[in-house]
Amino acid sequence: MIRALLMSALFLSAGSASAETMKLAVTTSFENSGLADILLPQIAADTGIDIELIVVGTGQALRLGEAGDVDAVLVHSKAAEEAFVAAGNATHRREIMYNDFVIIGPGDDPAGIAQAGDATEALARIATAQAPFVSRGDDSGTHKAELALWNAAGIPTEGDWYRPVGAGMGAALNTAVGMGAYVLSDRASWLKFGNKDGMSILFEGDPAMFNQYAYLPVNPARYDHIKAGAAARLEDWLVSERAEVLINGYRVADEQLFTFNAER
Amino acid sequence: MVAALPLTLTGATLRRQGKTLIGPVDLTLGRIGVTVVIGPNGSGKTSLLRMMHGLQRTADGHVGWSVADAIARERQAYVFQRPIALRRSVLANLMFPLRLRGASRAQAEARARAIADRFDLTAMLAQPAPSLSGGEMQRLALARALITEPEILFADEPCAALDGRATRQIEALLAGTAAAGTRLVMATHDMGQARRLASDVIFLLHGRIHETGPAKTFFAAPATPEAEAFLNGDIVE
Amino acid sequence: MGDLLAGLTEAFRMIVTLDAELIEITLRSLRVTLTALAISCLVGLPLGGWLAVRRFRLRRAVIATMNALIGLPPVVVGLVVYLFLSRSGPLGVLGLLFTPTAMIVAQIIIITPLVASIAYQAMRDLWSDYHDLLISMNATRGQRIVTLLIDARRALLTAALAGFGRAIGEVGAIMIVGGNIDGATRVLTTAIALETGRGDFALALGLGIILIALALIVSWGSHWAMRTERQGTW
Ligand SMILES: Nc1ncnc2c1ncn2[C@@H]1O[C@H](COP(=O)(O)OP(=O)(O)OP(=O)(O)O)[C@@H](O)[C@H]1O
Ligand SMILES: [Mg+2]
Repeated sequence: MIRALLMSALFLSAGSASAETMKLAVTTSFENSGLADILLPQIAADTGIDIELIVVGTGQALRLGEAGDVDAVLVHSKAAEEAFVAAGNATHRREIMYNDFVIIGPGDDPAGIAQAGDATEALARIATAQAPFVSRGDDSGTHKAELALWNAAGIPTEGDWYRPVGAGMGAALNTAVGMGAYVLSDRASWLKFGNKDGMSILFEGDPAMFNQYAYLPVNPARYDHIKAGAAARLEDWLVSERAEVLINGYRVADEQLFTFNAER
Repeated sequence: MVAALPLTLTGATLRRQGKTLIGPVDLTLGRIGVTVVIGPNGSGKTSLLRMMHGLQRTADGHVGWSVADAIARERQAYVFQRPIALRRSVLANLMFPLRLRGASRAQAEARARAIADRFDLTAMLAQPAPSLSGGEMQRLALARALITEPEILFADEPCAALDGRATRQIEALLAGTAAAGTRLVMATHDMGQARRLASDVIFLLHGRIHETGPAKTFFAAPATPEAEAFLNGDIVE
Repeated sequence: MGDLLAGLTEAFRMIVTLDAELIEITLRSLRVTLTALAISCLVGLPLGGWLAVRRFRLRRAVIATMNALIGLPPVVVGLVVYLFLSRSGPLGVLGLLFTPTAMIVAQIIIITPLVASIAYQAMRDLWSDYHDLLISMNATRGQRIVTLLIDARRALLTAALAGFGRAIGEVGAIMIVGGNIDGATRVLTTAIALETGRGDFALALGLGIILIALALIVSWGSHWAMRTERQGTW
């Protein structure tokens, strides 16, 4: 009887000890990929950390980190991340994995980008054809990657055909589908997207379109309440072999979405 | 208990938008009696009653009670020319003035039921007050005004638009109230009613007291030609 | 058309299977909105009554401001509440950001002007009926307001339902201050936004249908409880 009570007391205390929570700001594209649904339960089981995901654009994610409203961020926009670390908002930046961007367009491919040799050429063909192109236009990682590609191609992003919608990935995809426009999306969001309606991936595979995700724990020296311990344990888990297997093994429509590339 | 009456008006004047509606009026209302205010439409009967009751502030002059205004307010009641029904049951309407004065629910209900009995309202206690007929509504308004046992009751044409039977019923209630010692000030267009109830008469014309005096002498021999014409049913300009 | 049917089917499926997540976010939606509504009514209804019976110099300005605040964009409210509740904001120490409490705060700000304004209009009309009687009976200002609140209760129900409708369907502000955290701050509207973003229109629509059903049930239920339209017009 007493042993049973002790056991249950132990069990209860173990239960409450494992109920540590931390807030992680992630980008819409990461959440939409569905990978979070695989990782979070495993993280909770392995580390006892319940992660509360705040799903926002990269810009807002970094703002939340800067304000101390989340304990860590997982985003994909290298330049902004480095500035974030340089400003002392995060202790460091840890690369975890990458996925890639693809260009989606209507099945009949009016600009003929499927035959393009690289991303620069693909974008040039869209601009030349004045084919409608939907841009996130929301200062997100995807948006920044898109702008970098246009910049590399030396094409100004202006004109009637270029339509920044100022919205998340899903909303931008919905808009592109509605207009029959081209759009740059991360592969994960596209594969998971339920409203494809005749659109498909027309260009992919250029290394310039790789999309590096990095983990940034918010600097605990900035705010007292930052859960630095949990953030560090989460980082350890994210770079572990367990994470590698889960990330590389995640498939949507039989395709691998993410490639683990953290350095241990 | 110090009586709030007599009520004294000295040079009391009511103005609206630059127009003088009433006055100047000099008048004293003693502790007992039934004062009936008569006069043509628009002569200022309602305005005079409202001014006495304190619903309208005087522009000039003074409306003075024998006690502090705050106490005097508690001793008066008013029945409006167009009765106002609270959107509640008849019972709740009757209880309302007592509840405002802090009576308990049980106390208020007991007194409401008692007065409803006297005013022949018992059958419709649960009925929504706005659904009452005109005569029933007047009885309710009167009962609700009297439930606080006021020292003075102002009644503005309490029998307007009622048929003969209903008028008699209200008159009997008013006469009973006056007999029980409540000071009555009442406006009416019904000269028969004025003769039956009045102890004093105020004859208003163009917002001024044109003639006033004991009912007996006024009705027997009005002093002014206008009052005589009015009593004869002629049109008085 | 296909999406609409799929949405209906999805809504039906979630309801008959008593989907655990659906129940959780529905209850959270109700809890957040009803709490916000209760507080809004506690503030807005007496405020409306007070504005109806009280004449003061800035009254018209206050009423005009209140009516303008009805149009306040929820996203702006969300942003301002975020800036206050953020750890780096003035109320950051409370640690309320990304909690249901933060969502309640935002909703209170969004719906109180609406509740107060409709309440004011209803009680202003009633006050013009009651004015002489209540003055004659020497009712105190508090008693006047309470009388109006009681006798205008049917119209005040409309005010509360309008507030409920606006709050339960609101997404912009609570997305910002609540964060749409699964299991903590996700409610029907933020879940709908999320599923729309994922392109899962059937699920989004299914949730939307449940949201509408919820609003209808609350409206019917409260009308029934108040027995409106049954005992004449008052
Ligand atoms: N608030 C007001 N503003 C302007 N004029 C008013 C106001 N109230 C009353 N009056 C005017 O004052 C005059 C007297 O009105 P009052 O209601 O006292 O008359 P009355 O003798 O009661 O008439 P009736 O026999 O028709 O009831 C009327 O000409 C009326 O139009
Ligand atoms: Mg009159």
